[in-house]
Amino acid sequence: MSATTPFALLANASGLAWTEVPEWPAAEFVRATAAELSRGARLCSWFGVPDATGVRLVAVLAFDADNTLAVGRSTPVTGAYPALTATHSQGHLFEREVWEQHGLVPEGHPWLKPVRRANGTAPTVGEFFRVDGREVHEVAVGPVHAGIIEPGHFRFQCAGEEVLFLEIALGYQHRGVEEALAGGPHRATSNQMETVAGDTTIAHATAHATVREVLAGTEAPLRAQWLRAIALELERLANHTGDLGALANDVAFLPTSAACGKIRGDFLNLTALLCGNRFGRGLVRPGGCRYELDPARATELLARLETAVADAEQACTWLWDSASVRGRFENTGTVFPAQATEIGLVGLAARACGLVRDVRYDHPAGWYRFAQVPVVVWPGGDVFARARVRSLEIQRSGQFLRELLASPIEGELRGELAPATPGTLAVALVEGWRGEVCHVALTDSTGRFQRYKITDPSFHNWSGLALALRGAAISDFPICNKSFNLSYCGFDL
Amino acid sequence: MYVFDTIVHRLKRGCETMAYPKGPAPMLPDRHGGALRVEARKCVDDCNACISVCPTEAIVRPAGKAVALDLGRCIFCAACVETCPAKAITQTGDHRMAVRRREDLMLGESGREEIRLAAALDEKLRKLFGRSLRLRQVSAGGCAACEADTNVLGTIGWDLGRFGIQFVASPRHADGLLITGPVTKGMELALKKTWDAVPAPKIVIAVGACAIAGGPFVGHPQVNNGAAAIVPVDLFIPGCPPHPLTILDGLLRLLDRLDERVAPPAAR
Repeated sequence: MSATTPFALLANASGLAWTEVPEWPAAEFVRATAAELSRGARLCSWFGVPDATGVRLVAVLAFDADNTLAVGRSTPVTGAYPALTATHSQGHLFEREVWEQHGLVPEGHPWLKPVRRANGTAPTVGEFFRVDGREVHEVAVGPVHAGIIEPGHFRFQCAGEEVLFLEIALGYQHRGVEEALAGGPHRATSNQMETVAGDTTIAHATAHATVREVLAGTEAPLRAQWLRAIALELERLANHTGDLGALANDVAFLPTSAACGKIRGDFLNLTALLCGNRFGRGLVRPGGCRYELDPARATELLARLETAVADAEQACTWLWDSASVRGRFENTGTVFPAQATEIGLVGLAARACGLVRDVRYDHPAGWYRFAQVPVVVWPGGDVFARARVRSLEIQRSGQFLRELLASPIEGELRGELAPATPGTLAVALVEGWRGEVCHVALTDSTGRFQRYKITDPSFHNWSGLALALRGAAISDFPICNKSFNLSYCGFDL
Repeated sequence: MYVFDTIVHRLKRGCETMAYPKGPAPMLPDRHGGALRVEARKCVDDCNACISVCPTEAIVRPAGKAVALDLGRCIFCAACVETCPAKAITQTGDHRMAVRRREDLMLGESGREEIRLAAALDEKLRKLFGRSLRLRQVSAGGCAACEADTNVLGTIGWDLGRFGIQFVASPRHADGLLITGPVTKGMELALKKTWDAVPAPKIVIAVGACAIAGGPFVGHPQVNNGAAAIVPVDLFIPGCPPHPLTILDGLLRLLDRLDERVAPPAAR
């Protein structure tokens, strides 16, 4: 279907001249985008680019089945334009964001309210949706939560135990990441990219490095791409293991909880073996990687990896053997495939709804062009499915790492980057452990960033958690929340 | 059958809690580098090489003065260590980095090449908290890395509970706060309210470069450049994020629970 699209096609990890991006007046642009979404495209990103006469809307679409991306833009808009959300829910947060950042009103948006901007000493959360009725009560949770976790606010409308509606209000973590990128890259940019979502350091750093390399008209040396893939899968292993432990803890199944807490650390320590930092800080840099994986280190990495993967699989076996765990996981927090498609769910949450949606498979870039990981899909859309996808991905990533370490590629680890090409739009998608990390950069006439847009998978997926809670018992919220384990700071930027 | 299997596997694994602090501290990863040592007297005249590579502007050299590195702002990228032509900035490999006063993180001058490690709480507070410390954690713009490496202290490998230290679900139950993140504008009110809700006497621990000085986000209009802008801080633990061992060392140091004759830092 991408063959007939009027949008400009481009592969993941590539770019094109800004002038080559097709443009339409806003109303037509929204119609064209809606037409593509209606025939199966997916909205990766949607943002505004201000210029002298107004704000241009830009859409980055993914045609997953055709393994291609597409971009289009509007002519400068001021004031208002007809909302994409009116027909396609995928756009609802993106349009709220554009409204908050640029003041453009999407006419017909059903629920226009702030996304993250602070008003004084707290976020501008706006009015909450309320359910009326004598039996209805409201529960407010956060921003500061009971555990050691990032802040966010959850507002439940309940009838007894049953959740009729959950509204998630974020913005507490807004650190001004995108604003700071204007006119960049700056000296701290690489470090900031590593902390967009600290548990997704490698994925965000790789997406940023890829964008920078595309803009410089090059790509990282193959050895660096190989090493980035190793680090990315280690990141996935650590987080999936930690999440399974946390899920086990939430249903009071302590053997797996205790074991996974430790095994997660074992995986983090493997990343530290690579670069000294348990989260991979400093490893990925535009142009390549900073730390060499020498043969002795690779041997140690493989030996420790084998132990950790075997331990993790053992801990998963205990989990799946327990009827009480299955009883709590099954049919809890269900998101239906149609809903997942409609709201544009990505990553493991989408795969747990039976959708084949994995950047490593759909839009391979970097080392994933040469080595493939089987996509893990599980039907059901419930907590069980999301846990199951994680445990299967631990097996797949473990096997993939064995293959990677068995076939190292020789060569340089880091190359020099030429100055960025002016007036160019570059796009990079990376399948982080939560899902699709999308970085889009647009350079100005001097090659500096005119606009830099980051879309963390959490931006797509928080709506999935809200849907999972509809009709669920409020006491199931912790386990549903854990089963998504979304990033607050990746959303708030 | 699975219950029996689980118990057998569990028994096979044995006790997985580390010996530290009664035994030696675990080794930091060899590429970690640990704390920094800055010897300003070694600096080449008019050299600014380290200043121009530091992403958080943690190093300054005022005209006519010696180089000064603020380990609170440092995110331990080691760019300065790689760049310095005179080897004036070096890594010590030491995991111990917690300090009580902000100025104790300023390195450079002769006699102040390394950080001045934290002293324990005064006797009155030590009596109150020394054997039982309950903390409320507040993430205020933290990226989830400091949070994760604080959380890990509760796992079986570290077992924070054996020191009587516990993270609690309500500020009313807490003896103090452990803060991560640069304190975003969006979290300012929530942090203040949480602090107000903790009964006195109370302590505040700032974990990570963000909570000490803003970290990679220092100077952004959306952040407060650290917890000290909002609440008084009693302990600063540098790092991006600090290694769990560094955090544990800080907590135990504050409570005077470390006997360093038994648990010397791992030599590199």
